[in-house]
Amino acid sequence: MTLSKFDYYGPKTVAEAVGLLGEIGEGAKVMAGGTDVLVRIRHRMLKPRAVVGLKRIEGLNGISCGPKRGLSVGATALLADVAAHRGIRRLYPGIAEAALGTANVQVRNMATLAGNLCNASPAADNAPTLLALNAELTIQGPGGERKRPLEGFFKGPGVTDLAPEEVVTAIFVPPPAERSGTAYLHLSARGKHDCTAVGVGVMLAMAGRKCRDARIFISACGPTPLRAPQAEQMLIGQVPTDKRMAEAGVRASGEALPICDIRASADYRCRVLGVLTRRALQAARDRAAKKG
Amino acid sequence: MKHEITLHVNGDEYPIAVDPWRTLNEVLREDLNLTGTKFGCGSGDCGACTVLVEGRSVNSCLTLAVEMDGREITTVEGLAPSGERLHPIQEAFVERGAIQCGFCTPGMELSALHLLEKNPKPTEAEIRSAISGNLCRCTGYNKIVEAVADAAGRMKPKK
Ligand SMILES: Cc1cc2nc3c(=O)[nH]c(=O)nc-3n(C[C@H](O)[C@H](O)[C@H](O)COP(=O)(O)OP(=O)(O)OC[C@H]3O[C@@H](n4cnc5c(N)ncnc54)[C@H](O)[C@@H]3O)c2cc1C
Ligand code: FES
Ligand code: FES
Repeated sequence: MTLSKFDYYGPKTVAEAVGLLGEIGEGAKVMAGGTDVLVRIRHRMLKPRAVVGLKRIEGLNGISCGPKRGLSVGATALLADVAAHRGIRRLYPGIAEAALGTANVQVRNMATLAGNLCNASPAADNAPTLLALNAELTIQGPGGERKRPLEGFFKGPGVTDLAPEEVVTAIFVPPPAERSGTAYLHLSARGKHDCTAVGVGVMLAMAGRKCRDARIFISACGPTPLRAPQAEQMLIGQVPTDKRMAEAGVRASGEALPICDIRASADYRCRVLGVLTRRALQAARDRAAKKG
Repeated sequence: MKHEITLHVNGDEYPIAVDPWRTLNEVLREDLNLTGTKFGCGSGDCGACTVLVEGRSVNSCLTLAVEMDGREITTVEGLAPSGERLHPIQEAFVERGAIQCGFCTPGMELSALHLLEKNPKPTEAEIRSAISGNLCRCTGYNKIVEAVADAAGRMKPKK
């Protein structure tokens, strides 16, 4: 089946893109890699009047990463480049793991990190770790630029806090906290290559032998990525033993809101979530310890 | 409105006018008659449509032709441009019996090229991961994995 007909615009600047979205109005669709947009058009789930492609905007695909300045990923940076970036792999291994765990080689060579977030799938593989690391979005609209935390950005399946004429220009992640570690683990019906049925991203920061801060975010177990605050509270101020982490995993699965669908049953999701959360916490703890 | 673009495919230039909703896959197959690139699912799952853009493998079914203006594209036809001697990857696929119906082959070979250009000595796990976006309904993959490993040995390191 061919794609339905639409006009195409390839603006050269973000301001031009925002202007076009305003002028075209209803029926305009922003596109980065197109791996969600074009699939939805082909399947007749979306019929835009015009597509506004972001990939010609110069300088929007940059990645900058350092222990003091944190991480900044431009809106058209590819998942493949995020996954392979040395600085990201060293300072934010959870972010690189999640990017590498998304889709397949070809899709990662087209798809963007920002597109994964803006698509707002409850199963988006890159959301949990970025949420756990307190990521922030830079957004450009007709009124200028605004910044907002990624937490609270997702409003429902496919729905975000973005206004129709707004464009995300970058994702910022603060410098990693001292003695902290992150990890992302996910499972799907078929190995690692199918859409995620359960995912969990965690950040753990240590002080002495005790856990100083913990953030746990779950994907594909509710209408948006979900936080597990009760499980976090079970860890903060405690020595994170394997036993405590297993208990926190069980609590996290109690905080999820899974449904039964073609990828997994709700019951399966709950059980697996407990185990994945424990394993992700252990991995994050071990990484934090290595940083000494 | 049609867009005037120039595609660079396998070293040749094609100035053409394309409708904005047409994919690179359609333009390669229907306008340029380069039918080596296949069309399977249309949704990024099968990899039969894989081509290289500036050396990186992408799904041509999920790429708008209009966005390829001025970009260097390699299709399976570009692997053996003279038509006389096969590319080492193709030789290995033939000799190792990695081709049955052949529908996945062009995509598999380009995924293999994408891998071997970056990583001339891949492990079996790296090969399997590199072709994870390419489905084959015939071979069971083992012969393909063997062929890619064999091709790695046949490809001379670039000087
Ligand atoms: C075969 C296949 C496998 C996949 N597997 C996975 C997987 O394992 N895990 C996973 O999470 N996803 C998966 N996906 C989904 C998809 O690849 C990702 O969500 C990808 O990151 C989307 O990025 P994109 O640049 O292609 O987005 P696009 O398709 O260009 O856009 C996605 C959405 O975001 C909006 N958008 C994009 N950029 C911006 C911006 N800068 N500002 C405002 N809005 C914007 C678009 O309007 C659209 O609504 C898969 C897709 C395919 C085809
Ligand atoms: S036809 Fe493009 S991935 Fe299947
Ligand atoms: S040889 Fe038939 S699909 Fe691979």
